[in-house]
Amino acid sequence: MFRRVEGLFCVYKPSGVHWKLVRDNIETKLLKGLNAAPSQPCPQEVRFLAQPGGDAEAPKGLTLSVASVPALSKHPLVTGPEFQYLQVGVGHRLDAFSSGVLVLAVGNGNKILNDLYRTRITRVHLVFHCLGSATDDFSHMGHVVERSTYGHITQDKLDRVLAMLQGANQKSLLMYSNVDMRSQEAYEMAVQGLLGPDGKSAPILTGLRCIRFEPPNFTIEVQCLNETQKYLRKVVHEIGLELRSTAVCKGVRRTRDGPFTLQDALTRHHWTASDIMQAIQQYKSSKKNKNYSRSKVKEPGLHPLEENTTDSQHFYLKDVSDIVLNQSSPGQQ
Amino acid sequence: MPCSFFLCRVTMASSCAQLCLKCRSLLCSKTVATTWQHSTQVRHCRTVTPVITKVLNGSSFFSGNHRTSPASQRWKQQMFCYSELSVKHLATEAKEDKFKEELSRADVVAYKSPLLPVNEIQMPLDLDAAAEFSALEEITHEEAVSISVPAAIPPSSTSLRDYVDKSETLSKLVQLGVNLWKLEQRPNVGTMLLKLDFNMDVAPRLLFLKHIGVEESHIGYIITHNPFILTEDLESLQARVNYLKSKKFSSETVASMVSRAPYLLNFSVKRLDNRLGFYQQQLNLSASNTRNIIARLPRLLCGSLEPVKENLKVCEIELGFKENEIQHIALTVPKVLTANKRKLTQLFDFIHNTMKVPHHLITKFPQVLNTKYLRVRERHLFLEFLGKAQYDPDLPNYISLDRLVSLPDEIFCTELALATLEDFYLFQKTL
Repeated sequence: MFRRVEGLFCVYKPSGVHWKLVRDNIETKLLKGLNAAPSQPCPQEVRFLAQPGGDAEAPKGLTLSVASVPALSKHPLVTGPEFQYLQVGVGHRLDAFSSGVLVLAVGNGNKILNDLYRTRITRVHLVFHCLGSATDDFSHMGHVVERSTYGHITQDKLDRVLAMLQGANQKSLLMYSNVDMRSQEAYEMAVQGLLGPDGKSAPILTGLRCIRFEPPNFTIEVQCLNETQKYLRKVVHEIGLELRSTAVCKGVRRTRDGPFTLQDALTRHHWTASDIMQAIQQYKSSKKNKNYSRSKVKEPGLHPLEENTTDSQHFYLKDVSDIVLNQSSPGQQ
Repeated sequence: MPCSFFLCRVTMASSCAQLCLKCRSLLCSKTVATTWQHSTQVRHCRTVTPVITKVLNGSSFFSGNHRTSPASQRWKQQMFCYSELSVKHLATEAKEDKFKEELSRADVVAYKSPLLPVNEIQMPLDLDAAAEFSALEEITHEEAVSISVPAAIPPSSTSLRDYVDKSETLSKLVQLGVNLWKLEQRPNVGTMLLKLDFNMDVAPRLLFLKHIGVEESHIGYIITHNPFILTEDLESLQARVNYLKSKKFSSETVASMVSRAPYLLNFSVKRLDNRLGFYQQQLNLSASNTRNIIARLPRLLCGSLEPVKENLKVCEIELGFKENEIQHIALTVPKVLTANKRKLTQLFDFIHNTMKVPHHLITKFPQVLNTKYLRVRERHLFLEFLGKAQYDPDLPNYISLDRLVSLPDEIFCTELALATLEDFYLFQKTL
């Protein structure tokens, strides 16, 4: 039964909760589920009890009574529960303030987790902004530092700023990959979509898109590599500055982490052993279907926006065209 | 007479074994254990030899006797060794007396048979003598049977697992349902449990608990949480129960209070009195109301009073409840008195400021202060999203607070929110 629990799954972390609490909670629930399974009955021990006053009539005639007594030293109340510790690992961490998809791995899944995070996984976040004020820690709960008007901001101005940011980031993407830009190798890699930073690097936003714009609030969808939530909040602040106003971040929500999307995430009510096992099975079967290969870096390269995940051919073309367009005209007007 | 001789020897052997076993279970001291192991080695040698004797044959009796008499001497010698060491290491007089009694009996038995050859038997009381016995000694079946080889019990161990099969106290406790694994994590509790004697210590207290009305299924729970009830003085336990009854708690109430707060009877009468007085005074409640609260949450009497005082202050100053409101809340939901201050303030902040619920409504439904913050938050936001977040009883489409927090998810969705459960889960993912 323990085999079925090993693997990867994702949960939806609510905001305001530290990720460690989530991890501990899941570990406790899994242990409870595993220990609740009916365990083996207490093994019996055979003991010989001598009958009082027995005389040996014949050489082999020992009068003994055999009693099969349960060996209490193996009783669960004495030995403790069968499973006492589970290794549950956490994927890319979410700080207490943000919410969203959090990948967890149990047992052997931890090794897979390591491999997954060494390759380039993009994450998609939805960042909620509020225009008009700036705070010291870039979130709406911090100490307000500055206030400004935002009446002059329109949707297309916002789009322009976002496109400019995206272009700058794409450039840095090329810079961080240790390949000479003029070589054939670089071209081939770009065609396949493999161009990107290797290992640790500064956070790079590969895609920025405005989803909703209702002043003073607006929502941006961000695809990024190697980012932290604090960096995203800083980005919000910078966007505000670019728009000649100020903005604070009202919330960060991760909608996707590599192959794990919001649809697969388990909400708080589903954090039971059976649900988790189901999610792991689902992940394993989908892995087989997609022929997911961790060794080849091709798959988690430059993911497009959420709509086009399944059609691989389509998105490679799209990425190349993006690169080409951005390189030719830096900062669209 | 020959049969009686054997009988005596068997009984002597078994009683000796029993005594040693008892001593072993009572005192797990290293010295005693080493002598025991030493003696078991000796007996090991003896059991190896298979013996075929016929008791009713006269000639063989003598030959058997001849061979077994050294055995009896050896028994006596072992007893000597044991008693010698026991004299040195045991402090209790009673045990010494018991040994002397056994010895005198053994002496009597040994001297009964006139054909006792005194050949190679040495009588000096030193341990080296034991090593000289031959391993090829032949013994009868009875001796082989009566000499049970006990498994080597470690003199000290980190777990009660090793002792549970041998100790009567521990096995009876396991059969009652006491979780020994949990108890051995606590320092010193394991050794304390091993030292208890079932008939003298544990049984009277179990009978006492049963007498005051505690159900047998709860006894395991009580001992798991409070093993020290087995070391409390019976008179003081009785005095405390009498005190509670004098305060007009009925016997069933007392029994249920003890079941739910296992540490209750460990506290002195003065302390219980102090606490009851405190609650009655602070909350300005009548005696019957105080009894009601304590009966429902008996651990109020067990914990310290400082957190309760702080909570009351918080309710009064920070949350802004009036005294009669606090009284009503404490009477309906006594758990608020022991709640975590920070969580209470966070929850109240959300309910009052975000959900815009006024004080008097919260007082009317104090259960909202008892829920988890996340639960209230996600339900309120869901209702707000659907446009149904209406908590004022005067306006239409009113949603009562207690139903908001206490209903399970499916009923909440179908009745209050008029939406499906899947929608609720999907909405949670957007928070």
